[in-house]
Amino acid sequence: MIRIGSGAGFSGDRLEPALILAEKGNLDYLVLECLAERTIALAQKRKKENSSLGYDPLLEKRMELLLPALLQNGVRLITNMGAANPVGGAQKVVEIARRLGLSVKVAAVTGDDVLAFLDTDAPATETGKPLNSHGRVLSANAYLGVEAILPALEKEADIILTGRVADPSLFLAPMIHHFGWSADDTDLLARGTIIGHLLECGGQIAGGYYADPGKKEVPNLANLGFPYAEIKADGSAIITKIPDTGGVINLMTAKEQLLYEVINPHEYITPDVIADFTSARLREVGPDQVEVTGGKGKERPKTLKVSVGYHAGFIGEGEISYAGSNALGRAQLAGEIMRKRLEESFDELRIDYIGVSSTHRNTFGEWNKPYEVRLRVAAKADSLGEAAKIGEEVESLYTNGPAGGGGARKYTHEVVGIVSSLIPREEIGVSVVVKESGLVEEKTV
Amino acid sequence: MKRKLYELAHSRAGDKGNILMLSLIPYQEKDYSLLCKEVTAEKVKQHLKDIVDGEIIRYEVSNIAALQFVCHQALLGGVTTSLGMDTHGKSLSFALLEMEIEVKEAVIGGK
Repeated sequence: MIRIGSGAGFSGDRLEPALILAEKGNLDYLVLECLAERTIALAQKRKKENSSLGYDPLLEKRMELLLPALLQNGVRLITNMGAANPVGGAQKVVEIARRLGLSVKVAAVTGDDVLAFLDTDAPATETGKPLNSHGRVLSANAYLGVEAILPALEKEADIILTGRVADPSLFLAPMIHHFGWSADDTDLLARGTIIGHLLECGGQIAGGYYADPGKKEVPNLANLGFPYAEIKADGSAIITKIPDTGGVINLMTAKEQLLYEVINPHEYITPDVIADFTSARLREVGPDQVEVTGGKGKERPKTLKVSVGYHAGFIGEGEISYAGSNALGRAQLAGEIMRKRLEESFDELRIDYIGVSSTHRNTFGEWNKPYEVRLRVAAKADSLGEAAKIGEEVESLYTNGPAGGGGARKYTHEVVGIVSSLIPREEIGVSVVVKESGLVEEKTV
Repeated sequence: MKRKLYELAHSRAGDKGNILMLSLIPYQEKDYSLLCKEVTAEKVKQHLKDIVDGEIIRYEVSNIAALQFVCHQALLGGVTTSLGMDTHGKSLSFALLEMEIEVKEAVIGGK
């Protein structure tokens, strides 16, 4: 049996749940999944400005916190915090270890970055149009599978940093390494992938993104405990969490997470296997304990998915609030004024009434009129200066708009769009660089 | 009588590009067949007509007594370039749960 914990479900996730897992989980492995689709394009930009950067911005904080407990308890860490620069990230981990007086072996997995040789005239999967027609291409990263991580595990690295790797592969790799599962045993690969899928979003299987007071109660969400799995050689597992942490793991949280972000439950495609989620069984076997068994798989696809980040211009936003009698009426008048003043200059203009229809884009059923409404205006622009005009116009409603407009705010941000394509596996060259804090030794295998 | 799905089931929203996925999970597994019968892809498409521009595919995931609705062209272009407030569509699970279905007797969900 091995125990694998999930200490982060996205780049900005809470820091301390991973430490609690490393200290009290009696884990063999801890996984931190920190790389959303856009994150790597932003990381690529940081690397361009400074070639030693481009790894996850929170890498330093997380590693300073975790390294002592990981090394003391013999927990190996697997994370995609390498982002656009796993080797630079590994160097940083070695520096932190030296500062803390710790001896550590760090492996950096590279090969996902295909920007240099990707055919950007090829069509995007989503639109059918050439990849480079969407905007200036900023990054192109293939989703690697377990075969990228296994060599690093074989090198006995304490810390493994990757760039773009399919999220479940971060969990499946240590299972294959530990149990010696064959690459042909697609059912075992599918079971490991299902376990990885259940764990990969950190707190989401433990009651995060789940609670609804009165309907779905979750105790102590302020101290949500993150999950770990006790996995057997047959690919079955019990998913649980550390006692006395917040949250809940039950059949309902597990069902929600099993289907989370799944496009086709019969064929969940990863670089390692095509897993059939409809063949898995979930069972509550104790408090905060859900057993996962079964699962069938088919042979992995011949191509890998490539996620391509491109510059998609800028977004400008402005908001202002109205409250009390006729709040909605005054907000709507403000919205009409904004439309009149902006619609000729901006192709894509969005006007939302927060408190009424901004998140669901309309209102279902009959509801009482809201006491307060916040007008939100958003538009896309080619330059930051143009985007800023949106907020400036909303702000001008203070003195030029309806009565009682307050709390105006303005924002701008650069937009990175994502499209994808496919690349044959044989075009990818994976390599592992090992760095050690004790010795001056660097090897490439 | 008419009942909101909210009373019978829970849901979680996910996104991939411009695709929105909505699970629909009855609190009581015995209500799964009722949801299969009443919550068709067509009815969901009608309910979410102002949100989902493309096709909705429904999967029956009977091993966990749940339905999965995969909604195409649903996220104003997708999380990265959407001008919407909720670019991921994470709040839209509760848009599905606002849908009403016909039930024969009063069935109250929740624990």
